[in-house]
Amino acid sequence: MSMDLTAIPLLSLILWLPVVGALLLFFVRKESTIKLIALATMLLDFVVSLGLLLNWSNTGDMQFVEKLLWIPPLNISYHLGVDGISLFLVLLTTLLGPIVVLYSWHNIKNNLRAFMVLLLVQQTGIVGVFTSLDLILFFIFWEFTLIPMYFLIGRWGGQRRVYAAVKFFLYTMAGSALMLVVILLLYWQTGSFDWIELQQTPLDPTVQTWAFLAFALAFAIKVPLFPFHTWLPDAHVEAPTAGSVILAGVLLKMGIYGFLRFCLPLFPDATLRFAPWIAGLALAGILYGALVALVQKDVKSLVAYSSIAHLGFVMLGVVSLNQQGLAGAVLQSVNHGLSTGALFLMVGMIYDRRHTRLLTEFGGLWKQIPIYSALLLVVVMASVGLPGLNGFVGEFTILVGAFKANRLWAVLGTVGVIFAAWYLLAAVRGMLQGPLDNPANQKLQDLSAREIWVLVPLILLFFLIGLFPNLFLDKINPAVETLLHGMNAAAQISFLP
Amino acid sequence: MNASEIIRWLSPELILLITGFVVLGADLVMRRRDEGRTAAVIALIGLVLALIMALLLAMNNPATIVASTFAVDPYSSFFKVLAIIAVSLVVLSSMDFMKGKSRYLGEYYALLVFVTLAVSIAVSATNLLLVYLGIEFLSITSYILTGFLRNDRRSEEAAIKYFLYGASAGAVMLYGISLVYGATGSTDLVAVGELMKAATGPEHLLGVAAIVLLLGGFGFKASLVPFHQWAPDTYDGAPTPVTAFLATASKAAGFAVAGRVFITAFPQFTPDWMAILGSLAILTMTVGNLTALKQHSVKRMLAYSSIAQAGYIVLGLAAYNPTGGTFTGLNGMLIYLFAYLFTNIGAFFVVLAVERYAGSSEFSTFKGLGKRAPGLALLMTVFMLSLAGIPPTGGFLGKFYVFAAVVEKHFLVLAAIAAVNAIVAAFYYMNVIRLMFFQDSEDETPLQVSSGLNLSLVVSAVMVLAIGILAQPFIAWAVESVQMVNTRGF
Repeated sequence: MSMDLTAIPLLSLILWLPVVGALLLFFVRKESTIKLIALATMLLDFVVSLGLLLNWSNTGDMQFVEKLLWIPPLNISYHLGVDGISLFLVLLTTLLGPIVVLYSWHNIKNNLRAFMVLLLVQQTGIVGVFTSLDLILFFIFWEFTLIPMYFLIGRWGGQRRVYAAVKFFLYTMAGSALMLVVILLLYWQTGSFDWIELQQTPLDPTVQTWAFLAFALAFAIKVPLFPFHTWLPDAHVEAPTAGSVILAGVLLKMGIYGFLRFCLPLFPDATLRFAPWIAGLALAGILYGALVALVQKDVKSLVAYSSIAHLGFVMLGVVSLNQQGLAGAVLQSVNHGLSTGALFLMVGMIYDRRHTRLLTEFGGLWKQIPIYSALLLVVVMASVGLPGLNGFVGEFTILVGAFKANRLWAVLGTVGVIFAAWYLLAAVRGMLQGPLDNPANQKLQDLSAREIWVLVPLILLFFLIGLFPNLFLDKINPAVETLLHGMNAAAQISFLP
Repeated sequence: MNASEIIRWLSPELILLITGFVVLGADLVMRRRDEGRTAAVIALIGLVLALIMALLLAMNNPATIVASTFAVDPYSSFFKVLAIIAVSLVVLSSMDFMKGKSRYLGEYYALLVFVTLAVSIAVSATNLLLVYLGIEFLSITSYILTGFLRNDRRSEEAAIKYFLYGASAGAVMLYGISLVYGATGSTDLVAVGELMKAATGPEHLLGVAAIVLLLGGFGFKASLVPFHQWAPDTYDGAPTPVTAFLATASKAAGFAVAGRVFITAFPQFTPDWMAILGSLAILTMTVGNLTALKQHSVKRMLAYSSIAQAGYIVLGLAAYNPTGGTFTGLNGMLIYLFAYLFTNIGAFFVVLAVERYAGSSEFSTFKGLGKRAPGLALLMTVFMLSLAGIPPTGGFLGKFYVFAAVVEKHFLVLAAIAAVNAIVAAFYYMNVIRLMFFQDSEDETPLQVSSGLNLSLVVSAVMVLAIGILAQPFIAWAVESVQMVNTRGF
């Protein structure tokens, strides 16, 4: 089933459709129409993004490339493209779009239009980050994504929303200011902002070191890598559910993606030099996140801290610097987006009903709301990494990669996996099992059809990735190979086995 | 050169001069029956005509006229256009703001036209004496405008402070000019440049001293630290439209003159003045930003922010590249100033709209603005993001370009300090957005904005976004506009 889509600027379409939808929203007044337009735009964007799969060729090259000179004297281009590393991150973004709109159908009480506009332009910003091949274009989208999320947290968030929004903004901004200086430094060294041209220009190791550190700071804050994580629990917990899903689902992946797209290929020597340090921080994050998650009383904080642990795991894959580690990191990024997205949605659903997220308030929910409980169990299992589900494939691949790189990393990482099973299953036990003794829980309504539809696509994907991982790895692997070969060719010291 | 040619070369200035007098005459006829409306409309027509002439003259080959004291080159045209646009927006916003605040509205609009004339003389001057006269003319008209609200004691205090500082700064600058004259026997910028070429030893020191003293005058206009002490109180006390002018066009004049004088008259001293300006940039950014953090009113916060912004702007001159490159600092300064013009004017006009309603611009008056005036709050968000240098706004392009120039000159430490400063600044700019959207106020009555103010706000916001997104035409224009005369004309 091949349809020729190469004539259409598919990436631009995916990128700008949400903005068109957002502009349309300014011309309607009725709330129901606003919701419909937002949902239709998101769905259309998702369908269009599936076009990428139709015309995909399993090579490691950039595909669907569009290049237009934007600011000629400065050699800044509107240069877009996707490869196996960004493909599924783009698809994850467009998939979560309609899901969060549908989730937010009834629970946005004030200024629905602004909320939807922000969700839509946020999507454009994120897709822009994942597809830009010009450093300035990338930086513009990178910075731009801050604005909608700042408003989403600060306006529609929980009790400490303002503090969380400001903290989120300043941390990320602090990370990226030096990145801009280094992008300019690279331009001065190479005369180009273009990712493809930069890759072909080997950099002096000292420049690499500084450039790597500045980029890594920006990305490490975004991931977040321990100890740059302190903004995350605040932002995730205070954000409205839709915001938490986008934050955990795709915004954090921008950091992982940044390492894979920029740090590794552009600064291979520096990457090699700092990889053990980053692995150390990643392992610290895995253990720290898990231990803190264990003692959380609020389910949403628990999920937030689990994200720190999970992303530490993904970073471990990145710095393994081998085929399995990198492919696993890409796949696990998508997995984490799906499963943690689903977890935040389910925490949101119970919060909408009970207006509390304290573990002690629940217990025995299985008897009262079986559909919710069953789905929660599946989502938790995916997150824990049960074989047959997506999380297992990602974690296993990363562990293989980590083992090849350094056995100790793999051992410590495995401890993190065990911890993850511990705190997540403890939470499930606390919520779903035991006696249904809290009277407030005895009147709970089970999931509505809309809520089930919000979760179904995610759960189907858990199984699809879990049972047929090669559908995904086949597309990821060539790009990872190309990346590793490029690094090896560019690095002063060879490091491929 | 015949008279008709001189008239053509000087047409923007002549139009402004005539407009000023016509405004005064019209006011005499109308005798305050229409609250200055006729005066304002005439002023606007004159400004638009002058704008057209300035743009047409920019296409001519650079030349100097009137005993080679006055340059007609793309550089001066750029700043004339900038000043005329700024004053036009100020006039538009004043039509409602000044109503009932003063009995002398005809004089007010006439002074606004004259102040534009002063800027255009200062930015065109190629002789140190005319530079001095231009700056003094600009200062004196600005003092009167600052103190125009005679029933408001803060306005009077602002004017007195401005005057006292301005008088001292003028004296210091004059002393610098006298040193230059003593060393070279000339006040012509090009001649001075040639005569100082071989300066070594004590002569070199004399040159550096002259640069520092001249900078006292230019830095005063541009509100560079440590010549900035007048700025916060003056910006705070002056009528807000006048503040918008002082913080944009008047400041731009300071940079324009500094650029022309240093580049034309002190080419051999380039490393010296670049080092001095680089240090002042660090000082200005840091002091401005740290003090802005502690303010309690948006207007005062913007006053300090505009000091900090001067630090970024002067980075452009500090990274001046005489041989040219992709990013030359001077281009960066021009782009930054152009983006900054619309951003800051817009921001002060939002303050004006809130002040008109709430009586002050304390932080509390901005609470809940997102609900009471969604349009106004949205525009303010655009301006704040632009001041913070976040894409896709003009402020980002300006910062990007200036930073790029600094990096291209290998001043990496300077670039890093500027970047860290940008983070500090983001904090207080985002605070305004926080107040408007994340805090509620008890008072929820919608805020009305007059049509003149509305127009200038929308124009400013559209320009801020256009500069950031289209980028190319504005960069091209700035690149054209760095040309300045460097030969003696007729």
